[in-house]
Amino acid sequence: MKLAYWMYSGPAHIGTLRIATSFQNVHAIMHAPLGDDYFNVMRSMLERERNFTAVTTSVVDRHVLAQGSQEKVINQITRKDKEENPDLIILTPTCTSSILQEDLQNFVDRASLESNADVILADVNHYRVNEFQAADRTLEQIVRFYLEKKKRSNLIENKKTENPSVNIIGFFTLGFHHQHDCRELKKLLKDLNIDINLIIPEGTNVKELPNLTKAWFNIVPYREVGYMTALYLEKEWNMPFINITPIGLIETTRFIEKIQSILVKLNYDINVKNYIKNQISCLEQVLWFSKLHTRDSSILNSTEQTAVIFGDTTHSLLMSKIFVREMGIKVLWSGSFCKYDSSWFVEQIQNFVETLLITEEHAKVANAIAKSEPKAVFGTQMERHTGKRLGLPCGVISAPIHIQNYPLGFRPFMGYEGLKQITDLVYNSFLLGPNSSNLFESFGNNLLYLDSTNQILNDTVIELVNWSESAKEELLKYPGFAREKIKSFIEKFATKQKIDLITLDLFYIAIEKI
Amino acid sequence: MAVLEEKQLVFECETGNYHTFCPISCVAWLYQKIEDSFFLVIGTKTCGYFLQNSMGVMIFAEPRYAMAELEEGDVSAQLNDYEELKRLCLQIKQDRNPSVIVWIGTCTTEIIKMDLEGMAPKLEMEIGIPIVVARANGLDYAFTQGEDTVLSAMAQRCPNKKIEQPKTIDSFGTHLFSKLSELELNLTGFRSKQEKKHPPLILFGSLPENIISQLSLELEHQGIDVSGWLPSKRYMDLPVITEGSYVCGVHPFLSRTATTLMRKRKCKLIGAPFPIGPDGTREWIERICQACEIQPSGLEEREAEIWQGLQDYLPLVSKKSVFFMGDNLLEISLARFLIRCGMIVQEVGIPYLDKRYQAAELDLLQRTCLQMNVPIPKIVEKPDNYNQIKRIQELEPDLVITGMAHANPLEALGINTKWSVEFTFSQIHGFTNAKDILELVTRPLRRKENFQSFGWKKMVK
Repeated sequence: MKLAYWMYSGPAHIGTLRIATSFQNVHAIMHAPLGDDYFNVMRSMLERERNFTAVTTSVVDRHVLAQGSQEKVINQITRKDKEENPDLIILTPTCTSSILQEDLQNFVDRASLESNADVILADVNHYRVNEFQAADRTLEQIVRFYLEKKKRSNLIENKKTENPSVNIIGFFTLGFHHQHDCRELKKLLKDLNIDINLIIPEGTNVKELPNLTKAWFNIVPYREVGYMTALYLEKEWNMPFINITPIGLIETTRFIEKIQSILVKLNYDINVKNYIKNQISCLEQVLWFSKLHTRDSSILNSTEQTAVIFGDTTHSLLMSKIFVREMGIKVLWSGSFCKYDSSWFVEQIQNFVETLLITEEHAKVANAIAKSEPKAVFGTQMERHTGKRLGLPCGVISAPIHIQNYPLGFRPFMGYEGLKQITDLVYNSFLLGPNSSNLFESFGNNLLYLDSTNQILNDTVIELVNWSESAKEELLKYPGFAREKIKSFIEKFATKQKIDLITLDLFYIAIEKI
Repeated sequence: MAVLEEKQLVFECETGNYHTFCPISCVAWLYQKIEDSFFLVIGTKTCGYFLQNSMGVMIFAEPRYAMAELEEGDVSAQLNDYEELKRLCLQIKQDRNPSVIVWIGTCTTEIIKMDLEGMAPKLEMEIGIPIVVARANGLDYAFTQGEDTVLSAMAQRCPNKKIEQPKTIDSFGTHLFSKLSELELNLTGFRSKQEKKHPPLILFGSLPENIISQLSLELEHQGIDVSGWLPSKRYMDLPVITEGSYVCGVHPFLSRTATTLMRKRKCKLIGAPFPIGPDGTREWIERICQACEIQPSGLEEREAEIWQGLQDYLPLVSKKSVFFMGDNLLEISLARFLIRCGMIVQEVGIPYLDKRYQAAELDLLQRTCLQMNVPIPKIVEKPDNYNQIKRIQELEPDLVITGMAHANPLEALGINTKWSVEFTFSQIHGFTNAKDILELVTRPLRRKENFQSFGWKKMVK
C-alpha cells in the first residue's frame, strides 16, 4: 500500500479511453462498478465536448460479484452495436474489475459474432501500466488489429502516395495543447510541401487505418504516446519514423532536417535550408527577447534567472533544452514523473541539466522546489500550487492540467509559433514573479495605503451598529470570502431599520433579504 | 409533450446504466465538516484519480484525506493488509494527529474481501485512535449514499450517556471568571430543557455550520431543543444518543443511518419530508413538533413570507418543464419543491428509493401534484441514461437536471441543463435558502433568454 494524495498520471483505463474516444465512431465499454465513468465528465468539462462521449459501462454490481457477468457484457456490447452502430467496440476493465479475472476475451469473441462492429479487448494490465503506457499500447493494438486484418484479407496494396506524405501518430483527446500543436505541425508540413496521410488517433475513422501504409514515413511528436505504433509500422511495414519533438528553435530545426534526410533516403529531392532561414528571420522578436534578457539582466533587477522544471518526459526535456540552450536560464534541476521511461529521459537530458528528479510523489517535488529556491517554476498544475504557496511564479508546461489549460486561443508549444508562445510564457512568469514584487517593495508599497483606507471605512460602519456575541459567531460560520460582503449587507440592513444591535434573529432576517 | 394522467405515484426501474459520482466522493465534504477527522480511502488508482479530479482545487488545500493505494502485492495478498494499514495509519497519526480515522472501503476491498471491520478494532487498540469503517463503494451505492454509510457507522460510535461535568463551583478554582459565561450558558440550556420536556432530539445529516444554526433556530422558535447533530463539527463531540431519543433526517439519502439509529440505538424516527424548499421545511418542522407534542405556531405566516420573497423567480419557472436524470437522491424533494413553484416535472430519475424512509416526502409530492393540479411524474429508479436521452429528445423539456457527462452534449442539442452536483454542494436547506435553489434552477433559463437573440440552438450536426 502507498499513501497517496495526488497522481501525475491516471489509471490505465483512462489511457485506453482517451485513445478510443479520439477515433471517430469507436465506442468503448468499461467493465466497471458504478461511478467509474468519470472519464465522461472530464472529457465533457475540460474539452467542452459537444457530443456525448462514446463510453458506457457494463456495470459490475453485487450480482456480478456473486455469479459473474454472464451475458451482461455481451448484451451491453450487442446493444451498443445496435444503438450506436460503431465501427469498433473496445472493451476495457478497470483496476477493480480486472481483479475479478473474468474471461473478458471470451465475451469479446462471442459478442463479435453477433455484432456488426469489430470488437476488441484492451490489452493492458491495470496494476502494471499507467495512463500513458496504456494509451501507447491501445493505439498500437488498434493499428495492428486493422493492419493484420488487411494482411489476412490479401488486400495488401503497399503503394505509397505520389507526393511525399506522413502519418502523425500521437495527437489525442485530453492531451496538453494537442489541438494547437497539431494545427501548427500541419502548417509546417504544408509549408514543406509534404502531404498528411493520416493523423491518428484524433478525428480519424478506424476504417481508414489500412491506409496508414500509404505514407512515406511517420512522425511521433510526443515521447509518451505513439512510439509503439511507430515501431510496429517500422518493423512490419518498413516505414521510417521521426521521434524528435519540434519544440524550441534548435529542435524544430533538427526535426525539419530529419525530414529532409528521410526524404532524401527515399530518393526525393528536398532542400529545407531556405525554409528554416526564412522562418528564423520571422522570429527576430523572439531572438531579440532572448538576447536582451541574457545580456542585460539588470533590466529585470536581478542577477541570474534560475528555474526548475517538472513534467512529462517530452515537455520537461524540451523546456530544459530551450532554457539552457536558447534562453540562458539556469535550470537548477529538471524532473519527470514518467518513472517507467526514466532511463531514456536521463540519457536525453544529462548533458543539459546536472541534477535530475524522477519521482511520482508531489511532496518530493515540492520539497525540492522549496530547497532549491528558483526564481520561477515550470511544471504541472500541482507545481503551480506549490509555487503559489512558496510565493514563486509558475508556468504550466505539462499535464495534469485544469480547464484553463485548454485554451480556445491558438497556443501551440510546437514549431515556430510555439516558440513565441513559450517565450511569452517564460518571460511573463519571471516578470510577474519576485522581480516585480521586489520592484514594488523598493519603490514603497502602494497597496498598503489602499488597505488602510479600507480599514477606515470598515471602522466607521462598525461604530454605527453593534453585534451580539451569537451573531458575531454566526458570521464566522460563513466562508471567509463571503463574510465581508454579508457583514456589510447586514449592517446596512440594520442601519436602514434603525436597529443598533444585530442579534442572531436579525442576522437571519437580513440574510433572507439578500 | 406527452400528457401524463397519473393520480397515483408510479415507480419504474430501468437497467441501472447511469452516470453518477462514486460514493467515495463523500470524503470531500465530510472531512471539511468533521474538523478533527482523517479519511483514508482504501482503493486503487481509479479511486484516487476520481477524487483528485472531482474535488477540483480542494485537492491543493492539503485535505485531511488520502488514498491507501493498493498495489499488485496487496491485491494478490503477498503483503499483509493489517501491517500495511498499520504503517499508513501510524504515519497519519504522526503527521496529522486526528481524533478519528475513517476508513472508506471501496469496490476493490470488497472484491478481495479485505476484512476492514475486523481489523479496525484491533488496530484502534494498538494505535490509540478510533477507526470508523464505512463501505462506500460503487458496487452497492451511488454518490451521496457514501455519506449514509459513514454516518451509519458513526451512529454506532455516539456515546450513550453524557460525560460527567464538574458540578461544584469550587472545582472551577481560579478559572472561575473565564468559566462564568460558559456556566451561564449551561444554566440557560438547563432551564429551557426543564421547560420543554420533550425527549432528546438528534438530527442527522451533514450540513454547513450556518445551516445548522438556521434550522436549530427555527426549531428553537417552536420551543424545541436540538440536543445534537450527527455528524458534529468535531468527532470528539458526537451527540449523546439514548434509548428512546427522537431522530430526524435532513437529507433524503440517509436511509441506512435512519435504520441504524432505530435498530441499533433504539431511537424513534420522525418521518417527515425534508427541509428543502419552504414547503418541505414547514412540514419538516410540523412533523417534529407533532412528535414532541408541541403546537407549532407562526409557521404558515413564515412560509408565506418566504414564498413572498421568491416572487421574482416564480414567473421564470412557472409552467416550465423539468426532467431529472437522477444521480444524487435529492431528486424527489427538489421535484416536489419545483412543482410547488409551478413547474411541470416530466420524470424523476433516482439512483435508489427507500420508500419507507422517504414515505412522508413521497406523500407530500403526491399531495403537491394534486393541489397544483399537475400530473404526478413518473419515478424511475436505477435509470438508463441512454433511454432517458431518447425520452428527453422526445419531450423537449425546458430544463434537464443532470450530471456533467451529459450537460454539455445536451446543451449542444439545444436543451437547457443544470448540473445536478451543484445541488449537493450548495446550501439548499431551510426557509432561508429556498432562494438559492431557485437561483440555481433559473440560471440556465435566464441565460437562455439572453442568448436567444443570437439564433443559436443546436450546435451539433
